[in-house]
Amino acid sequence: MHPTLVNLVYLAAAVLFILGIKGLARPRTAVQGNLLSAVGMLLAVLVTLLDKQIVRYEYIVAGVLLGSAIGTTMAIKVRMTAMPQMVALLNGFGGGASLAVALAEYVARMGEAPAAMGNPFGPGAVGMVALAAIGLTALIGGVTLTGSLVAFAKLQELLKKDRSLPGGTWANGLVAAVAVLAVAGLVLDPNQGELLLAVTLLALVLGFGLVLPIGGADMPVVIALLNSYSGLAAAMAGFILGNMVLIVAGSLVGTSGLILTRIMCAAMNRSLPNVLFGKMAEGAEAIDADAIYAGKVKSASPEEVAMMLETAKRVMIVPGYGMAMAQAQHAVRELMDTLEARGCEVLFAIHPVAGRMPGHMNVLLAEAEVPYEKLLEMERANPLFEETDVAIVIGANDVTNPMAREDKGSPIYGMPILNVDRAKTVVVIKRSLSPGFAGLPNPLFARDNTYMVFGDGKKAVLDMVAALESAS
Amino acid sequence: MDLDALVMLLSLFVLSLFLGVELITKVPPTLHTPLMSGTNAISGITLVGALIAAGSGAHGTLVNLLGFAAVTLATLNVVGGYLVTNRMLAMFKRK
Repeated sequence: MHPTLVNLVYLAAAVLFILGIKGLARPRTAVQGNLLSAVGMLLAVLVTLLDKQIVRYEYIVAGVLLGSAIGTTMAIKVRMTAMPQMVALLNGFGGGASLAVALAEYVARMGEAPAAMGNPFGPGAVGMVALAAIGLTALIGGVTLTGSLVAFAKLQELLKKDRSLPGGTWANGLVAAVAVLAVAGLVLDPNQGELLLAVTLLALVLGFGLVLPIGGADMPVVIALLNSYSGLAAAMAGFILGNMVLIVAGSLVGTSGLILTRIMCAAMNRSLPNVLFGKMAEGAEAIDADAIYAGKVKSASPEEVAMMLETAKRVMIVPGYGMAMAQAQHAVRELMDTLEARGCEVLFAIHPVAGRMPGHMNVLLAEAEVPYEKLLEMERANPLFEETDVAIVIGANDVTNPMAREDKGSPIYGMPILNVDRAKTVVVIKRSLSPGFAGLPNPLFARDNTYMVFGDGKKAVLDMVAALESAS
Repeated sequence: MDLDALVMLLSLFVLSLFLGVELITKVPPTLHTPLMSGTNAISGITLVGALIAAGSGAHGTLVNLLGFAAVTLATLNVVGGYLVTNRMLAMFKRK
């Protein structure tokens, strides 16, 4: 096929990707958007297969069959609670693919022209840019591959401890610096294939070193960042091949990941360097949980809560990942149905870091058939708490801690929270008074208008539903 | 590829970054997880480069093998990404 025609089809594919992401602006158009994007991908692949550079198909067929089989199985089998792990793995595979493309391209071009005939990557600056692109693709792709595998292992709880490699941040800095120097060396002398090998190995080590020390609570940031890297690696591969669809698609993904990274950091009131290299700020002095809780914590039974709910006009449910761990989503939706049948308005307040990745809680609730119109983001939910009769906190902790608003000395001061304490009555469903990820006591539990329901989240909610239904 | 073509590619890269910001900031937080898996599938566009490497006839088996690895990983990314995104978005559509 003529190269001009091929490029025009690539342009069409790029437009379809853009329309696809545009479709995600609304839940109603999102399915169609995703489909457009997939059609774009299919077009790009088909037109590439017609390229005259492709003369043998056995490796392609084998790779496509193997990749499709594993990809389809994963996509069908994955549970919604495990979506962060799945996305982490996919990020890693994308990075690995770009790495392999960079290596293959280097080997192919070196084989094309003997060194004596000048730079096989092109004359002067063009050759240098091509080599820099190969080096950087290998670097970013390698970091994305191992970094994502570590993130997967942490989310899957195969790796439970956060440990840094010897030397910590400094060692990582050193590895990164040497890798960049090796890329520079490759640019200056394309014949030094060992340098590309070194870049690859250093990148793989760096991916481990960067993600191993990062704690489970910060994984949403890490996945978003690795998502960005996988896109940037594809864009860099576009510079190697001089292919515009790789560059456009890759940079769209790169910005997407970066924007989500920023949103996650803002939601935790932490800077990106602090997430990547710092430790969670430790309280200057340990805050005495007993002093806050002593004598002030009231508990209520699910039946007593049901009595409070009987007269409520508006109920706001505040879910956290604990709700998903107790598999209480469907029970919560039953509670919503029961309350609505009694004429009560039920809404959900979703903190950006409520789940384990951006938007995770929304997917978990959508799976339980909670309509998306009821899922309010923090900015929309907070003004409504003052006009809420009962706020039910289930499986969330730190994101409701008033210390973030009131206690300047607290390590979480300044973190945006859901103002649950402003509701007329607050019900917190929790196993015990144990602290959340931040390791802090939560004064919300000791407020005058708060009642604790101790026990399993799913059972507590189902007991409330039963009590409400027997009352009507 | 000459220098002018390179500048064109760089221009595309920079403009796409700006376009990306415009597009992504319009996606509501409710859809951020499908956004991640969906863009993830898009980053599987590396498949285009992978196909060329896996299908090349003149560069020896190493290139084909690296290409095979790249095709497998990128296909996994594309197929897994689009399917799982579709699965999630279908849950949001349902009334």
